[in-house]
Amino acid sequence: MAALENTRLSRRGFIRVTLTASGGLMIGPALPGALAARTGGDLNVFATIEPDGRTIIGVSQPDMGQGMYTTMSMLVAEEMDADWDRVSVRQLPLMLKRDEAGNMAWAHVPQGAGGSTSVINLYRPLREFGARARELLLRAAAARWNVPVESLTTGPGAVIHAASARRVAYAGLAAEAAALPPSDTTPALKSPRDFRLIGREVPPRKIREVVGGRTHYGIDTVMPGMRHAVIARCPYFSGGLKSFDDTAARRIAGVLDVVTMPGPEPGAPYSTMAAGVAVIAESTWAAIRGRDALEIAWDEGPHRDETTASLDAACQAALDEGNGEVVRDDGDLDAALAASAKTITRRYRLPYVHHATLEPQNCYADCREDRCTVIGPMQMPSSASRLVASLTGLDRLAIDIRMTRLGGGFGRRLTSDYAAEAVLVSKAAGVPVKVTWTREDDMAHDFLRPGGWHEFTAGLDEQGKPLAWRHRVASPSKYYRREDATLWQSEIYTDDPPAGLIDNLRYEYFDMQSGAWRGSWRAPAHTANAFTVQSFIDELAHAAGRDPLAYRLAMLGEPRDMPYSNHGGPVWNPGRLAEVLRVAARNADWGRELPAGEGLGIAGHFTFGGYVAWVAHVRVADGALRVLKLTGAVDCGLAVNPNGVRAQMEGGACDALSTALGEELSVEGGRHRETNFHQYRMMRIDQSPRDIEVHIVQGSDEPAGLGEPPVPPLAPAVTNAIFAATGQRIRHLPIGDQLA
Amino acid sequence: MKLTVNGKTVTYDGDPAEPLLWMLRDTLGLTGSKYGCGIGSCGACTVHVNGAAQRACVTPMSAVDGRDITTIEGLSADVSHPVQRAWLDEDVPQCGYCQAGQVMAIASLLEQVPEPSDDDIDRLHGNLCRCGTYYRIRKAIHRAARYRREEA
Repeated sequence: MAALENTRLSRRGFIRVTLTASGGLMIGPALPGALAARTGGDLNVFATIEPDGRTIIGVSQPDMGQGMYTTMSMLVAEEMDADWDRVSVRQLPLMLKRDEAGNMAWAHVPQGAGGSTSVINLYRPLREFGARARELLLRAAAARWNVPVESLTTGPGAVIHAASARRVAYAGLAAEAAALPPSDTTPALKSPRDFRLIGREVPPRKIREVVGGRTHYGIDTVMPGMRHAVIARCPYFSGGLKSFDDTAARRIAGVLDVVTMPGPEPGAPYSTMAAGVAVIAESTWAAIRGRDALEIAWDEGPHRDETTASLDAACQAALDEGNGEVVRDDGDLDAALAASAKTITRRYRLPYVHHATLEPQNCYADCREDRCTVIGPMQMPSSASRLVASLTGLDRLAIDIRMTRLGGGFGRRLTSDYAAEAVLVSKAAGVPVKVTWTREDDMAHDFLRPGGWHEFTAGLDEQGKPLAWRHRVASPSKYYRREDATLWQSEIYTDDPPAGLIDNLRYEYFDMQSGAWRGSWRAPAHTANAFTVQSFIDELAHAAGRDPLAYRLAMLGEPRDMPYSNHGGPVWNPGRLAEVLRVAARNADWGRELPAGEGLGIAGHFTFGGYVAWVAHVRVADGALRVLKLTGAVDCGLAVNPNGVRAQMEGGACDALSTALGEELSVEGGRHRETNFHQYRMMRIDQSPRDIEVHIVQGSDEPAGLGEPPVPPLAPAVTNAIFAATGQRIRHLPIGDQLA
Repeated sequence: MKLTVNGKTVTYDGDPAEPLLWMLRDTLGLTGSKYGCGIGSCGACTVHVNGAAQRACVTPMSAVDGRDITTIEGLSADVSHPVQRAWLDEDVPQCGYCQAGQVMAIASLLEQVPEPSDDDIDRLHGNLCRCGTYYRIRKAIHRAARYRREEA
């Protein structure tokens, strides 16, 4: 094994390596209180003032790239009147309590990241925690100076008594403030016109560590006594473990133990994804080699004949042969179609797509008789806590769940199967372990975004206006193996436009069977529905001889609240969608003449409370597509962190473009076909647009989340632009080599 | 065997087939270099071997005997390398997992091509960013080139 030659070490290097070797990697947060020092103090769980004047803000939400460390801290710092230049951030662990009725409850605020909800849910509570911290500092200053609290104000990081021209930094008051009893009432919050941070360009937090390679993700976890585990999992959908021989594996240097890992109960919600055999070793490499040396016979399960082609054929056959379950039926569709001057029917196809988080799944667990510590990259720490409790029988308050920064989420880590694995392996082997998934492991096991086929029929009047609209979705549901959901609800959202915009309208769902693991993928079924709906509207506009922007605006009509029962409801406003379409179009110089082979395409969508429109400018030459520029407009209400909003728009656009260009997880023999990034092709910088312009439109004083809204309208904007450039309509994703 | 990692001599007598990446991460605790694919495709593990960018996940220990390795932790002590400063000033990272590899790849690229055009970047830079921060990466590359020029 490697050893460092101490004589050649600088003092600085020695200290760093020693710290590392002892496991002191500062994994996970120090609990509130640990940071309290002589002259500093914890004002509450979200706000600590250090003796040196730094304000440390606790962030309750996990950060997977959506900017929580900056955006959440801004909310606390704003009301606290903290000096942003002195604000640093720490990740808080999962914080639960048992309420008076004996039920588990959030100790302070809801925690987790999914559904673009963090800003919506925490906009007020976090500001209240900031305001409470400020109020303690005001009371401490009032007591010290013997003046009424009402005579005091605050500036960034200081309490001010204007009448006597006195000023004291928060750091000088922190110890006294922390000793005061908290107030019974919530202090008044700032008026938005007094905001100094919210809505402003502020330097982000916690990126120096990233750029310096000093951030710790789940996969970087090192704890005392920790062993490394790598698992061979059954690759077949609903398959199982028949038998295995670990003789060769146990001979590998560094391999310590081999244990089996149970799979999920058939048909029940997932605990782990699949049954497997775990190799526990002294190092990751030894565990990988040991795992590769296992000889295993798998039960190939009931889906071994499933292929991508078989699912495609089944979806088309379902659409050909009959009617699906009617999930919305407005007016009289059949009569309206019969009365239409023209009817148009089109079908579109979407593939299964993979999350492929760049940090593969991993988790650390130390499972003991009376307690369990779990450290990992989690989007939903509370669901991990529930799952661990069910697997161990431990009280949930005896389970310590610590979130690390996540190397991407995109919905993959809403499910906590990788935490369950670590707990089961730790329990079986009796040691603390970190389970690391190789890329091949991750590629073979993912909760895929469902693929399927969508068929649309529209009836148009003499002027090309749609009078009737039918949307039929044939797709496996991601709401399978759940106790409390209806299958179609995850694949078709009944209040999605054009519902309410066209009087005669029917949505149908065909429940398709597939063995593949399915789950939530950034903006879930909106990616499928925005692609298909926005493509079909474009086809209708061209069939009617109308401009695609004008056609959309005519469909949307005047601003008004309409009911919306899905993500981002309870209402949506077509006027706000129209406005982002207009802003994107205006800034992209919509309608201008372009050289041959170039085109502009537009699409817009509402989801999770946010309205986003994209205009894509593309060039297709010799069968090669180049996205030259993307112009976007976003209305997420009050943009708390405008720089973060632009980042989500730019990144969401590139994620969606990558997916549209080349991503498909194909099924062969009842398992995933692609094994690594040489087969699952994701966009690199050479295909990414050199210019992305983002315009922020504020259509409301309330903020909405923005992890997901940028994604759905991007693909149809690009394929609509391809049509404008070439006359070729892309109805099947990914685009792949269809232009060649 | 002996090699140098961030200026310090390291002796190694383990499995010669072990990838450099796992030795750096598990044995030396230098976790800034990330595991992404294990096949040299994504570039999250990029380090410098004798000054040139290399994918540590497909570099066996047997290939680095006597070599001089620099990881992201050794690129600068205080995040002051021009590429790192450009990355900060453009606020590039989202999840950040790929960014140490991106920075190491660009630090090496700029040694070869100090003033890369957009076409040069497309041709020479292939690291994967799953969050899609490519627009800011491209801006940061041009900015880093400017910082290097100004320092020269």
